[in-house]
Amino acid sequence: MPKLTIDGIEIEVEPGTSILQACEQLGIEIPRFCYHERLSVPANCRMCLVEMERAPKPVASCAMPCGDGMVVRTNSETVLKARKGVMEFLLINHPLDCPICDQGGECDLQDQAMAYGFDRGRYGENKRAVKDKYMGPVIKTIMTRCIHCTRCIRFINEVAGVPDVGAVYRGEHMEITTFVEKAIGSELSGNLADVCPVGALTHKPYAFTARPWELRKTETVDVLDAVGSNIRVDARGPEVMRVLPRVNDDINEEWLNDKSRYSYDGLKRQRLDRPYIRQNGKLVPASWAEAFTAIAARLKGLSGSRIAAISGDLVDVEAQFALKELLSRLGSTNLDCRQDGARFDTSVRAGYLFNSGIAGIEKADVILLVGTNPRWEGTLVNARIRKRYLAGGVTIASIGEQRDLTYPYSVIGSGPDTLQQLVDGSHPFSETLRAAKNPMIIVGMGAFQRADGLAVQAAARLVGEVYGMFRDDWSGFNVLHTAAARVGGIEAGFLPGEGGRDLHGILDGASKGEIDFVYLLGADEIDMAKLGNAFVVYQGHHGDAGAHRADVILPGAAYTEKNAVYVNTEGRPQLARLAVFPPGEAREDWKIVRALSEVLGTTLPFDTHGQLRQRLMAANPIFGAVGEMTPASWAPFGAQGPVDANPFVTPITNFYMTDPISRASVTMANCTEALVGPAQERTGTHG
Amino acid sequence: MAFLDRAARSLFLTELLGGMALTLRYMFKPKVTLNYPYEKGPISSRFRGEHVLRRYASGEERCIACKLCEAVCPALAITIEAEPRDDGSRRTTRYDIDMTKCIYCGLCQEACPVDAVVMGPNFEFSTESREELFYNKQKLLANGDRWEAEIAQNLAAEAPYR
Repeated sequence: MPKLTIDGIEIEVEPGTSILQACEQLGIEIPRFCYHERLSVPANCRMCLVEMERAPKPVASCAMPCGDGMVVRTNSETVLKARKGVMEFLLINHPLDCPICDQGGECDLQDQAMAYGFDRGRYGENKRAVKDKYMGPVIKTIMTRCIHCTRCIRFINEVAGVPDVGAVYRGEHMEITTFVEKAIGSELSGNLADVCPVGALTHKPYAFTARPWELRKTETVDVLDAVGSNIRVDARGPEVMRVLPRVNDDINEEWLNDKSRYSYDGLKRQRLDRPYIRQNGKLVPASWAEAFTAIAARLKGLSGSRIAAISGDLVDVEAQFALKELLSRLGSTNLDCRQDGARFDTSVRAGYLFNSGIAGIEKADVILLVGTNPRWEGTLVNARIRKRYLAGGVTIASIGEQRDLTYPYSVIGSGPDTLQQLVDGSHPFSETLRAAKNPMIIVGMGAFQRADGLAVQAAARLVGEVYGMFRDDWSGFNVLHTAAARVGGIEAGFLPGEGGRDLHGILDGASKGEIDFVYLLGADEIDMAKLGNAFVVYQGHHGDAGAHRADVILPGAAYTEKNAVYVNTEGRPQLARLAVFPPGEAREDWKIVRALSEVLGTTLPFDTHGQLRQRLMAANPIFGAVGEMTPASWAPFGAQGPVDANPFVTPITNFYMTDPISRASVTMANCTEALVGPAQERTGTHG
Repeated sequence: MAFLDRAARSLFLTELLGGMALTLRYMFKPKVTLNYPYEKGPISSRFRGEHVLRRYASGEERCIACKLCEAVCPALAITIEAEPRDDGSRRTTRYDIDMTKCIYCGLCQEACPVDAVVMGPNFEFSTESREELFYNKQKLLANGDRWEAEIAQNLAAEAPYR
């Protein structure tokens, strides 16, 4: 353990710590541009210079490892002069266009020029001008502002694993560019604008729309995938202006995928802002009282077995819990939160959770992906697997489709029969799994969204048992969900009760006329044609498939518009907070259910959000441990049985449009056009 | 003797004549009053009157939507919304000043990096209703066009001190 002196304070640090990190431990601020704690260290901005005894000249503290007996000064005359000099050189070519720069007000260069720079310039020559580059639908470039820190290049190569950005030419003529004039093919490209310390790379959808000082910041969670990334929603007045990631080392580190970051413009379009009732085949605006009366009239005298409810992908726990309570009072047990039709055993928590935690991926040494494309189903899970791959010593294999996952892996099979071969040890990959210390299996929804889902789950469980994935010190059985509402719905018990129908049963029943009333709680992904002649109530925030089919529409709140609990794929409950109010007459979802229950004469026993939360915690204590993973104890799950040999198919066909919000977003439509499907196969000779 | 003095002053009307002499003297001095709507007093080149939004000589509006005036305004009288214009430049889509809120402190013109928002020499903009004092971008640009000559002169006069 090297011991050194910084500014007269002695500190002992781990071997390999750089002087800059040691200074941070002491709370000494060192200015920097190119150094980023989650990226490699190039030491090319020279802003972090410090003075070291017996060194002939100032040293770059980010790249200098601490050594025993070093004496470092960070505030001497030499250091201040060196910083001033570096700053002056950086500002030679940096334009002074802060008033029109979107980074203005939150710019590292601006802040550090104030803190460490000289208060006037001595430079009278011409400045460098660089042509702007095209980097896709979400990143706007103003390359004249670039200070050549190369953070973007390192991010896209290291974290995103899509080597689309690089530098051409040398020295002052260096230019950051894509190869060649193409959109960055990464789902994490929005982070480039975050890592850029100046305004060279900015968010295209946010261009010129707001200033950082006029935004109201709300810390909340993302719900557009099941990862539950921590985000900060910046709003101005009634409008969400942007979404930024928040640091949470257990989940998203400090990154965010493009869908979660840029689909906020979908929150302003296609919104349901008042109740509607279908009259003579047409939806007509109505009041809340009329809508509730229409529902009550249809429900009158209907037996519980003819009533059903399905909840969607973006629904919070409270709403699902309240609706479940309401349905049980109406005598119905036909409810399902798995609108994608997945079949898996929900009786054992370990059977449907990401048990190791997302951070646990870093401990695994063999990772087996089953029926999943983590790059699209959980982009930040994929980024974590790539981080594990970069650390070295890991074998990654997949059963399912061949996709570009940004790291090398082998496809060892395509269907559930491979799982069975692994169980009986006849597959060549068995050796690798057997030799592994911490093997991990990640099962995606592609493996469960099939008729033999339960058997596949059992087979995956057997693989876990045979290769020691259920140990006291290691749980390597992971399920990667695709919807933020799913785990919360399961934990809240929004599942078929005794004698109840699941999604397939409900749809069958509705098309056969055995079910007369279907309550869609934000469910848009089901086949609406199968609902037959049933009376459909749609409660949700967007005019999507469900609202088109509905007989009564109840306008709800989107995730930025309510205080609610969401449970991510790890089983970690997290709080979403209200950033803006719901539009028009829309209300928080649990309130709608509560108000409806009163009209139906079965008033639910909670009047406030606090009371509802309390009942929720009484029903399932995991909701009390907000932000924490409650470990799942292991017990056999799944149902062993015959499996069919059909290959696993990934459920997501377009990463950028998976839910009503992203389908309503213009930015996501641009991304789809530029990055998904035929656009990628288009060549220069296409018109 | 004081009695005689007083009697003499009353008899010869000296006080009256003194007053009339003063009046007569003022008749030959220059006038200090102005015939207001037809005549106006001189104002400083630093006078802070009605706001204007200026244009460049090319006709291009100066304002670049940096929102510094909105941020600095202590009365929160300025509201700005912006988005990229068709040619990609940063421009306002809305620039409103609520003249009933404005306290005429002049911080907006101090903050402006391009001398777009300026408080011009006009102080005669009273209206008959409150609503007419909610200025929008169109009104402010029209003000700028009308007062550009005076404002340019004032700015030139103040340039050495800035």
